[in-house]
Amino acid sequence: MTEVVLIEDIEASATRLGIDLSSVDLDSIQLPPGEDFGIKSDDDDDLYQDDPLEFEAGFGNIIVVDNLPVVPPEKFEKLEGVIRKIYSQIGTIREGGIWMPVNPESQKTLGYCFIEYNTPQEAELAREKTNGYKLDKSHIFAVNLFDDFEKYMKVPDEWKAAEIKPYTPGENLQQWLTDEKARDQFVIRAGSNTEVFWNDPRQLMPELVHQRQYWTESFVQWSPLGTYLATVHRQGAAVWGGATTFNRLMRFAHPQVRLIDFSPGEKYLVTFSSHEPSNPRDTHRIVINIFDVRTGKLMRDFKGNVDEFATGGSGGVSGISWPVFRWGGGKEDKYFARMGKNVISIYETETFTLIDKKSMKVENVVDFSWSPTDPILALFVPELGGGNQPARVSLVQIPGKEELRQKNLFSVSDCKMYWQNNGEYLAVKVDRYTKTKKSTYTGFELFRIKERDIPIEVLELDNKNDKIVAFAWEPKGHRFAVIHGDGPRPDVSFYSMRTTLNAGRVSKLTTLKSKQANALYWSPAGRYIVLAGLKGFNGQLEFYNVDELETMATGEHFMATDIEWDPTGRYVATAVTSVHEMENGFHIWSFSGKLLYRISRDHFYQFVWRPRPPSLLSAEKEEEIAKNLKKYSKKYEAEDQDVSMQLNEQDRRKRKMLQEQWNEWVTKWKQLHEEERQLRIELRDGVVSDEEEEYEAKEVEVEEVLDVAEEVVAFDLDQE
Amino acid sequence: MRPILMKGHERPLTFLKYNREGDLLFSCAKDHNPTVWFADNGERLGTYRGHNGAVWCCDVSRDSMRLITGSADQTVKLWNVQTGAQLYSFNFDSPARSVDFSVGDKLAVITTDPFMGLPSTIQVKRIARDPNEQSSESVLTIKGPQGRINRVTWGPLNKTIISAGEDAVVRVWDTETGQLLKESDKETGHQKTVTSLSKSADGSHFLTGSLDKSAKLWDARTLTLIKTYVTERPVNACAISPLLDHVVIGGGQEAVHVTTTDRRAGKFEAKFFHKILQEEIGGVKGHFGPINALAFNPDGRSFSSGGEDGYVRLHHFDPDYFNIKM
Repeated sequence: MTEVVLIEDIEASATRLGIDLSSVDLDSIQLPPGEDFGIKSDDDDDLYQDDPLEFEAGFGNIIVVDNLPVVPPEKFEKLEGVIRKIYSQIGTIREGGIWMPVNPESQKTLGYCFIEYNTPQEAELAREKTNGYKLDKSHIFAVNLFDDFEKYMKVPDEWKAAEIKPYTPGENLQQWLTDEKARDQFVIRAGSNTEVFWNDPRQLMPELVHQRQYWTESFVQWSPLGTYLATVHRQGAAVWGGATTFNRLMRFAHPQVRLIDFSPGEKYLVTFSSHEPSNPRDTHRIVINIFDVRTGKLMRDFKGNVDEFATGGSGGVSGISWPVFRWGGGKEDKYFARMGKNVISIYETETFTLIDKKSMKVENVVDFSWSPTDPILALFVPELGGGNQPARVSLVQIPGKEELRQKNLFSVSDCKMYWQNNGEYLAVKVDRYTKTKKSTYTGFELFRIKERDIPIEVLELDNKNDKIVAFAWEPKGHRFAVIHGDGPRPDVSFYSMRTTLNAGRVSKLTTLKSKQANALYWSPAGRYIVLAGLKGFNGQLEFYNVDELETMATGEHFMATDIEWDPTGRYVATAVTSVHEMENGFHIWSFSGKLLYRISRDHFYQFVWRPRPPSLLSAEKEEEIAKNLKKYSKKYEAEDQDVSMQLNEQDRRKRKMLQEQWNEWVTKWKQLHEEERQLRIELRDGVVSDEEEEYEAKEVEVEEVLDVAEEVVAFDLDQE
Repeated sequence: MRPILMKGHERPLTFLKYNREGDLLFSCAKDHNPTVWFADNGERLGTYRGHNGAVWCCDVSRDSMRLITGSADQTVKLWNVQTGAQLYSFNFDSPARSVDFSVGDKLAVITTDPFMGLPSTIQVKRIARDPNEQSSESVLTIKGPQGRINRVTWGPLNKTIISAGEDAVVRVWDTETGQLLKESDKETGHQKTVTSLSKSADGSHFLTGSLDKSAKLWDARTLTLIKTYVTERPVNACAISPLLDHVVIGGGQEAVHVTTTDRRAGKFEAKFFHKILQEEIGGVKGHFGPINALAFNPDGRSFSSGGEDGYVRLHHFDPDYFNIKM
């Protein structure tokens, strides 16, 4: 190895040899070629260091194809040709990447071969596509990844009874519902932090429950009943929950997961990812997994090209409209469906297979939606054959697939379906062409799902040419609100599906003229609604009581981008998320439009209330409570008062303390100021005055003669 | 409170200063002419002509006879307040950013910007009673802080000099030796450029405003951090009320970032805070650009603000203001 020569050694040997080092020009010394006198220069090392060769790790790109025909040497080439033909369609086979072992005794093949692809993805795809491939009757391919063999080898030959672990009670996942003050939680994401808070309107501030940095890599999402908080990571999704600390409850492996969706009863989690194809001419590959949330078991996976999933709706990630699978049948999570070309595929969760083993054929279907409570599908098929075949909206009962009701519509340009959240009503917004086909106008078809024969009503606005800006059903109610109009200040109308006068007919309640609103947010309990002017209206808010038909309050959260009611309908959160650079943060309002508190956070991404499961009280019980509200509310009012007294007291004490501290400073300053008085006077050459009052205001009149001119004025006496 | 709009400058305002009696208001702007106004009705009295660059700062002597102005034209000039005549001009090698008369008006402290490789400096000049005897010699020169020193002022009894600027640190220097005596803490102090500094009437404490969207109140003798006032905007200007326990803070989005959608987005309000409770009391809107300068009338009954928009707005408080209960 290199000998280290120290400068001192050189100097020592130089003096020994009688050489003056300073007189030696080191650069002029020429060494004989190839001679380094045992001294290695350290700067050469870099040059000799080769880039390390990239070796493939593992055999992830190799597959093993079993159940091939056993052939003698003369047929060997033919078989190889066949295999090459099948497998080169799927991906690029490496040069010499097919190896078929031969029995050295009989010279026949052994009935299996190895194929090496360029990438593990291709190998995976080949396994998927050709496992079970029928070459002929007696040769059905069994394809496995080479890497999997080891795993299979480890499976013990004899069956052993599974070890049953003793039951350990888990945490109460619904602990948050037992909060004594009946508060609600929400999660916010700002910067790299994700935080869960209690909304504490009595204290006029949130109370931190749990906080974590880099909790998620893209977003967080509550499950629909609020039990879990889902986070998204590169390796997959995870759900968190529990009594207090938000422990990780389950992980769902899905590399590069982009989107997630819970089933309404939060039994299942759907995860979605889209992968760049290895061949740039191919389309993106889509992987969708459906997991059981509680066990973490993969229930079903769907894989394919983008084209197979991108039908109908536009937008979403790479042409997919999310969620691809829509859940039906209410909270039981019984069915899920997706739309394909001319079909709707409906699966049931008992077996995770298609109902009746086949998809439902619907020519040219472009949109469908489930009733939120019942297994009823609403479908929309547009006009065909240039108007010869009318557009159609139909309701289909699942699993029987019987058509419950159908409505043909003429000269339709577009349709949108809106379900009331109890599944009692369905409103279909229909855009129709005018006779000239140059413009469209809008009407509504209203279905009463729960009544016999599902009667349909047609509703047209007073002014048919009004554009519909927004539509929203009252949750659990019979009313809906529409924002309509063309101008910058549209009108807002409220309709009811049932009024005392004509129970079976839709009727208008009122129209509010010229509102700065473009979005509707009903309270989840109904009755109250926030008319919001987002985007162009800069965050105008109007809190409206639909029972009394009166405005309770107006407010403004400048630049607000998001509005969300808490699940009980007591509070409203308005937020400015990071789409704007300034003003990031959120405000909490009471249902009646009183601003309770505001929090600002830079880089504010998300605000989501924690949902609650539906109330366990029966309708009668709820009604009884509503009737005796005064009795119940007494207790809470007293509590409220206590808290506010306590707060006042705290505030008072704090102020007193601050004032006292300040007084201390002031006394000290005054004293010092007094002590320094003499010195100050000296600095000012004996001018005594320190205080401002000591100066006298003197009025100085300055007269300045600007100009003097003499003029003869004619004065005629005779005129009188 | 109906403000008086004083339109006399053609460029953004940089600084405002009342004289001791509170009857005159001096304004500096990026145009080259410092201007004097009647502080009562906003009438323009006159301008001081002679600078050839933006004027960053000014101070007026206790007897309202002398005005000192610091400018980007690399000079600091002394003026006769009454006649507008230039009495003397100090020449520097780089723009002068901040000026302040000492107690007794015999000394003036001046800061110069880092410029063409020169570091920023704090210099003390002796101000002669007779302008003919004025010398350009510096009594003291301090170098050290990185970046611009945006504000400099005298500590109690001229014993110390307080400086603050781009490096976000507030420093206290010894006037005799030029030694650094105290430095604000990096953790609790400002996080970004300090843009403004305003002393209390008796000089016992002072307020600094910073681009970190906060203003802080310090003890002038010990440099103890007493209070912090947090706003949503970068702070360009601040002032302490001499009458009530109020401070006023102004600023706004930088001009280059100002959105075109709505003027409310920029936060161009002057915000009043309770000095002791650190709570916001209210705001005074009006400017359509960031506020660059704020000053209280020494009687505490009016204040003026100067904006990037080139206006000075003079506000006489309504009687309600004096009855605000906190």
